[in-house]
Amino acid sequence: MTRHVVAEVSGFPDKGIRRVEVAGREICLVRLGDEFFALMDVCPHGGAKLSGGRLGAVVESDGPGHYRMCRKDEMLKCPWHGWEYDVRTGQSWSDPKSTRTRAYATEAVAGEELVKGPYVADTIPVEVEGNYVVVDFPDRSAGRTREAAEA
Amino acid sequence: MNRPLFETDAATRLRIIDCDIHPSPKSPAALFPFMEKHWVEHLQTYGTHMRQALIGQLAYPRMTANGMRMDSKPEVGPPGSDLKMLREQHLDPLGIEVGNLIALSRGGMEERNPDLAAAMASACNDWQIAEWLEPEPRLRGGIVVAQDNPESAVAEIEKHAGDKRFVQVIMSTRPNETLGTRKYWPIYRAAAEAGLPVGLHPVGYSNGKPSSGSGWPSFYFQEHYTFVPGAESLVTSLVIEGVLEAFPTLKIAIIEGGFSWAPALGWRMDRHFDTFHKEVPHLKRKPSEYMKDHFWWATQPMEEPKKPRDIIDVIEWIGWDRLMYSSDYPHWDYDDAYRIFRFPVEDEQRDAVLSGNASKLYGFQ
Amino acid sequence: MPTRTPLRIDADFHLPQASIDDLLPYLDEFWRGQVVDRELPSMPFRLTSYPPNSPLTKNPDFEGLDVSAALDKFGTDVAIASMLHGAVALHNPDMRAVLMSAVNDYVAKEWLDREPRLRGSIYVSGEDIAASVAEIERLAGDKRFVQVLLLAMQEIHHGNRQYWPIYEACEKHGLTLAVHAGGLYRLPPSVSGWPSYQFEDYVMQSMVFENILTALVGEGVFHKFPDLNVVLLESGFAWLPTIIWRNDKTWRGVRPEVPWLDRKPSEIMAGRVFLSLQPSDPPGPEELKQIIKHIGGTDMLLYSTDYPHRQFSGSDPLPAGLPEEALPDILSGNALKAYPRLAAEPALREAAAILEETT
Repeated sequence: MTRHVVAEVSGFPDKGIRRVEVAGREICLVRLGDEFFALMDVCPHGGAKLSGGRLGAVVESDGPGHYRMCRKDEMLKCPWHGWEYDVRTGQSWSDPKSTRTRAYATEAVAGEELVKGPYVADTIPVEVEGNYVVVDFPDRSAGRTREAAEA
Repeated sequence: MNRPLFETDAATRLRIIDCDIHPSPKSPAALFPFMEKHWVEHLQTYGTHMRQALIGQLAYPRMTANGMRMDSKPEVGPPGSDLKMLREQHLDPLGIEVGNLIALSRGGMEERNPDLAAAMASACNDWQIAEWLEPEPRLRGGIVVAQDNPESAVAEIEKHAGDKRFVQVIMSTRPNETLGTRKYWPIYRAAAEAGLPVGLHPVGYSNGKPSSGSGWPSFYFQEHYTFVPGAESLVTSLVIEGVLEAFPTLKIAIIEGGFSWAPALGWRMDRHFDTFHKEVPHLKRKPSEYMKDHFWWATQPMEEPKKPRDIIDVIEWIGWDRLMYSSDYPHWDYDDAYRIFRFPVEDEQRDAVLSGNASKLYGFQ
Repeated sequence: MPTRTPLRIDADFHLPQASIDDLLPYLDEFWRGQVVDRELPSMPFRLTSYPPNSPLTKNPDFEGLDVSAALDKFGTDVAIASMLHGAVALHNPDMRAVLMSAVNDYVAKEWLDREPRLRGSIYVSGEDIAASVAEIERLAGDKRFVQVLLLAMQEIHHGNRQYWPIYEACEKHGLTLAVHAGGLYRLPPSVSGWPSYQFEDYVMQSMVFENILTALVGEGVFHKFPDLNVVLLESGFAWLPTIIWRNDKTWRGVRPEVPWLDRKPSEIMAGRVFLSLQPSDPPGPEELKQIIKHIGGTDMLLYSTDYPHRQFSGSDPLPAGLPEEALPDILSGNALKAYPRLAAEPALREAAAILEETT
């Protein structure tokens, strides 16, 4: 693991999405308040750069005509096909398995309560050190495959 | 996932022809230089006159960025209006060798005023030449026609038929009458005589008829699906009304109408042909045979069944020589050529779909 | 192999159309007078979808077979019958409602009373929701009616909220919602307009059903009415793979528009949507097997003859290529799931249970 400085906190707007290059790889950085998240900048479905997407809420419903926004800004919507990825886990949230009518408070939604979609965007640990956003990122040695880098 | 194809793209450049790229004018006024002054004044005064309640917008707002890729908006103008961006975002990175333009907006296809419709179609074609075909040799045009003014449509085809940069005729899939009816036959005659295929691509503007035979859908989720039955009904109409018997050299490309339904439609028409053939004595062969001989199919939006290999059964029926890659750039349901095969394919099959079949149909060799 | 002949439930069986004269005893004095003054008996009241002498409507194999003989011929234990009367196409809401009520009463008295193998459909209009709900309430007590039947091509799209009182009444009374091919022809059968030939009209019916099923899913009908089942009759079914693949894919991109779709559309349809077997469009057993593979099984399919329409030749309404082990469910097991009222009949439940033990 190598620590890479990828951005300055002060110059990074809240709810900002940025594409940065780290060790020859492109990652998508997202700021939500004091938290930063990083995902590999490629949609595992159609190949779009996720950094071109928009942040949104999870929309839930008690039934036809009812709309409830949960976890505001925590889903990154792919710029092409609109698939939603959880910025915290990288999981696609388009395949929940059972009807749910209960409302979630923002804090209460945990990754395990969301059914994992078949696609998971790669997430990368991020830390904020002082005024810098830092990403722990595996070194990329020649010839390594993407799968090996993930492992 | 199509990991091998996706990962080896940079090393092994594949030949790619894209059958569906949508160019857009920077603004409605961008077409004015290609129109007579009185039509410019007409448009500035009265605007367009369509068979729907809303002016200049769709009644089913799309879920993503007005139906566009969120990342496709240039600094000035709508998505698809900037050649530089089209190159940088699509043509260059995918290594598109040839891209077919389907100019959907402002081409007058759904305009009610017949003369305005003809003027708009004509302007749209001249605009394609000036703004896209001249500066970018990788692009090819589609002759947009005002099909409900067939005389003007024929004249427009004849005007551009000698220009090899135009490779097909584009008609609206929401015409005034269904496309097999005889009103439109002069257009097919002109296309066949010019050796140009007819490209059919769904349009969003209403022709005053619900987008489903059962009425108006409520949600875009439903409206998106209507492209499928819409295309199915056009194929049904063209086959059963005898267009392909009358114009045996006519070729038709179904673009963004899907293809996975083709076998089921062919079977259905054949199944009931026995019952109805006396009503349509002009048909000399089984309906599916006309489908197999006269139709080509574009891939986008690529179907993604739970078991991806199911698609292979479908392609076996329509033929590996009939399916053609299309991206639908810059629309939201864009397909990247390197991501469409989520099932195993032979190299020859892949090459046929990515370029060979379009190359043959449109004469790019 | 089953030791008993599997129970056979025919999901799509048509009764010969009653004439206006036949309906007179079921009308009140005012409407009887209207019938006479306006000379309604001189009018055929036939639907454009089924011209009486067309080769589609008349199956030569059924020539001379009356209703009971047709049931005998196919070894039918139960047939869900309907009479697609043209009264549905009238614009006068009151005349339409009384004639349709008369059709329903006529079916009960002249057919259900006389032929115990028949079950009925409450035939309603999609044009006047209040009248249709009242008709369902009026007849729901007669358990021989097992479904509420609407034609496919209405003026308002199936699934639309305007119909929900009908769906609510169906669900309340354990009646299945049946949508049968054909329509009012207030709108062209396709987005591109009016075709020239009947052949096209007929082929396009399956496209209408694609839109209907997409609408029932998208509008959230299966969520709003969790106990409502839907049966699509004479719809064909070879089109199912595309709708399953496409709706599942589209949903992933537009889910926030219809957030009540909390799982894939294909999962929402499972166990809630059933389709009649005839017409079976795949040309041979291999193609049929392919479609079944793409759909993911035969759980949605209901045995049907479509008597007296011509959908198959010879005496076997079962197309070749159906998996042997699935036949008991196709012949009756799936119908008992689709129709709560059939499942509630002790004799049928018992027959099905015996069947389960022996297969």
